[in-house]
Amino acid sequence: MGVETKPGNELQPLSPPQLNGSDQDALLSQVEDELNERGFVVANVDKVVNWARTGSMWPMTFGLACCAVEMIHAYMSRYDLDRFGVVPRPSPRQSDVIIVAGTLTNKMAPAFRKVYDQMAEPRWVISMGSCANGGGYYHYSYAVVRGCDRVVPVDIYVPGCPPTAEALLYGILQLQKKIRRTGTLFR
Amino acid sequence: MDPALEELKEIVTSAMGASVLDTSIRKGELAIEVKRDDIERVLTYLRDNVNCQFKQLIDLCGVDYPEREERFDVVYNLLSMTLNRRIRVKVRTSGEPVPSVTSVFSTAGWFERECWDMFGVPFVGNLDLRRLLTDYGFEGHPLRKDFPLTGFVEMRYDDEKKRVVYEPVKLTQEFRTFDFLSPWEGQPDLLPGDEKAEQNKAEPSKEKGA
Repeated sequence: MGVETKPGNELQPLSPPQLNGSDQDALLSQVEDELNERGFVVANVDKVVNWARTGSMWPMTFGLACCAVEMIHAYMSRYDLDRFGVVPRPSPRQSDVIIVAGTLTNKMAPAFRKVYDQMAEPRWVISMGSCANGGGYYHYSYAVVRGCDRVVPVDIYVPGCPPTAEALLYGILQLQKKIRRTGTLFR
Repeated sequence: MDPALEELKEIVTSAMGASVLDTSIRKGELAIEVKRDDIERVLTYLRDNVNCQFKQLIDLCGVDYPEREERFDVVYNLLSMTLNRRIRVKVRTSGEPVPSVTSVFSTAGWFERECWDMFGVPFVGNLDLRRLLTDYGFEGHPLRKDFPLTGFVEMRYDDEKKRVVYEPVKLTQEFRTFDFLSPWEGQPDLLPGDEKAEQNKAEPSKEKGA
């Protein structure tokens, strides 16, 4: 399908920052016109991929302690993570991101690593709360891992004890930003 | 003092005789200390006697008194729903096995496992005396007073072995304890200016005396 498009006529629908309101309507009608006219649209593959990745970050359900309650708040109707395509999954095979919400104990660490290993690439980790970030209140305990970054590589740290649902949401938006910035089709 | 508790104390001490080593009623709570080997008999009596009816074992826990010869207490907290009454039964040990009470209260199984895990008190007759809370292969008994807070090992993921490994604990900063009751930590007992309060207290009394 070697159809040439005029320079400057390429669509830029998938690039951040995301549009809203009338801009979005204008963009959609542009896409529709393009489709009606030619039957296809042209866009950058990596931007499409990043758009897809940031638009459906399915997190592995991994609530370990009280932070899990704040995570649940973030899923509920007030902040409604569904709007961002963030839908909790019960299986690591289906998830793109794991939110470590709570105290990671020594006994849990091997299981946590196993779950992380089972996740398909590309995968990301959000460390939520003081305990997951660095042991927090339990830093000097004999039974707690001093930060989940000792077990898995972490992308985003959300501080707080526990962080508010808003803070977690902000962390997720930061992760989206990171994916848009660094994400490529091939790693 | 609650006469019902006194009555209960009399019932138990007279029925159990030499098995009861000590009794006390403090803050409206009855506690009895019994011989280690008689614990099953005492608890069976407390459960089945019509005047006691302690049908529930609420909790079984350990206590460590490092300065004592027999350093551990095993404490049985019982509740009688029918009589709305509670009793605490204690047993001492220095690490000798305590008879399991799983035959009297089936709920004691996990309680005893926890006590074994945390204090290292063995229970004879418990059929499944594994660790309950700590990690598989954990060494030591963390609630003993001589167990260091930070323990001996810490965990991390080893990228070459592809599994989590234990290593000797390394702290970048030692644990510090703070006296949170005093906002003036590190200050002398008497702050500059505080002596005036003492003087002012003393002076009016002098005037009255004069």
